[in-house]
Order: sequence, then C-alpha cells, then structure tokens
Amino acid sequence: MSLTDKDKATVKALWSKISKSADAIGADALFRMLTVYPQSKIYFSHWPDLSAGSSSVKAHGKKVMGGIGLAVSKIDDLTKGLLDLSEQHAFQLRVDPANFKLLSHCILVVIGTMFPQDFPPEVHVCVDKFLANVALALSERYR
Amino acid sequence: MVEWTDQERAIINGIFSNLDYDDIGPKALCRCLIVYPWTQRYFGAFGSLHNAEAIKNNQRIADHGITVLHGMDRALKNMDNIKATYAELSVLHSEKLHVDPDNFKLLSDCLTIVVAAKMGAAFTADVQAAFQKFLTVVVSALGRQYH
Repeated sequence: MSLTDKDKATVKALWSKISKSADAIGADALFRMLTVYPQSKIYFSHWPDLSAGSSSVKAHGKKVMGGIGLAVSKIDDLTKGLLDLSEQHAFQLRVDPANFKLLSHCILVVIGTMFPQDFPPEVHVCVDKFLANVALALSERYR
Repeated sequence: MVEWTDQERAIINGIFSNLDYDDIGPKALCRCLIVYPWTQRYFGAFGSLHNAEAIKNNQRIADHGITVLHGMDRALKNMDNIKATYAELSVLHSEKLHVDPDNFKLLSDCLTIVVAAKMGAAFTADVQAAFQKFLTVVVSALGRQYH
C-alpha cells in the first residue's frame, strides 16, 4: 500500500499544522503505548520513571517525533531516508516490529484528541498508510 | 473469564452512558470504510460507496453504524460473560455475513479514534486502556465461533 502523491501532500499538510506540538504528541503517544500495551514496557526497563510527564518519557517522545519529522522530509524515499534509523532499531534496539503498529495507533489517537477538526477519515487514511510505510522502512535492515 | 477492576467498569460504563450513538456509530463505520476500503466488501447492497462523500452521506451505512454500536450494549450488560453473550452474533457473522474476523479489530480501532476525538483530553491513557480492553474482549468473542 504505497503512498500516492495525494497521501504525501495530505501528510505534509497535516504535519505543518501539528509539528509545533510534536514534543507533546510524542510524549502522550509513548505514554499511552506503555499504558495500553504494557508489554511494550520491556524495552524501557532501564528507565527509573515510566509515569506520565516523566522526563524519560518526554525526552523519548520528542526523539520519536523527531524521527517522524525526518520521515516526512524523506517521504519520497522512506527506505533510503530512514536507513540509519533502521540499522539502529535492527541491531542495537532490536524492537520487535509488531510494536511499531502499537505506537502508530497511539499516535493516531493523540492526533485525534488534539486535532479532531484536522483529522477526518480522508486524512486518517493517508496518515495510517504513512505510518505503516515508516514502520516498513524501519524494519528494512532487520533480516 | 475476563477480570475487570472497578475502575475499568466505571470508565467503560461512563463512556457508553455519555455516548451519542446516533453520532458516533455512523462516524466509526464510515471511518472504517474510508480508512480500510476493503471492508466495503460487506456493503455491496448498501448503495453508493464510491468515495468518502458518498460513504458519509449514505443513510444505510449511518443506520448500520448505529446498529453495530448498540450491539455493544449487550456486552456492557454482561461484562462478566461477554463470550457467551456474543455466541449467537459470532455464528451470524461467520455463517451468514461471512465477515473476516480481522476486520472487527479495524472497526474497533476506528471507534477508538472517533471516541478519542469526541472526548479530547478526557480520553486519557487509562481511559484508552480500559476502552480498548473492552473492545478487545468484544472482538475476541465475536470471532470465537468461527470454524
């Protein structure tokens, strides 16, 4: 399900509206994932504090959204654009790719709560496809 | 059997008692048909679905969205035995409607996002967790009788 020109334009337009809230979106989405899918906490056993508003969650949420912003800028070739990140996830972090779907869903929920007017179904479908393609690009180097 | 905390029961009942079924039901089903277009396969007899506008204006789809959402009332009233409560509906979806059970999850994800958009900041992580746990149990029960 590759991205059409319309998908890319829609994602870029939405990103321009929401990117100034990227840090907040990232922290909220990450915390939701840890709460709604507790199995995801295994990747963060080294954090002293997994509660809402913790500095670890905030910092990491910001980092994740930085990656999403990078993906938006490399939307025409996600596999190439996210190669370094894929290497990192594949060889160092070794996050099971199933978790990308969980975080993607939480990102969509947060966009829905924070920007309901900007997130009708026609936009949702493009963002869902985009995040799925980001997940695919992140999985590129796994095996 | 699924264990529910008092907090989870309160959250789930709270969401549904404040829900405008006539608004949320159609929105959730429309979103599913637009975001996951292959789910339109079950609605061939419902009239025009050829673009997002047509889907959103389709009264039969809207009515069906309300019906589906009210279908969850049964689970609400029988939270301690959702599996048995949906046995008959599961058979119906399998034998008569021939719905791929993977599609139940797609609709439940869309419902989550529609409810989240309605509730805004009140849809906290804990609320999301309880709501999704409920939907997961419903989805599982609906798929239970497939063979």
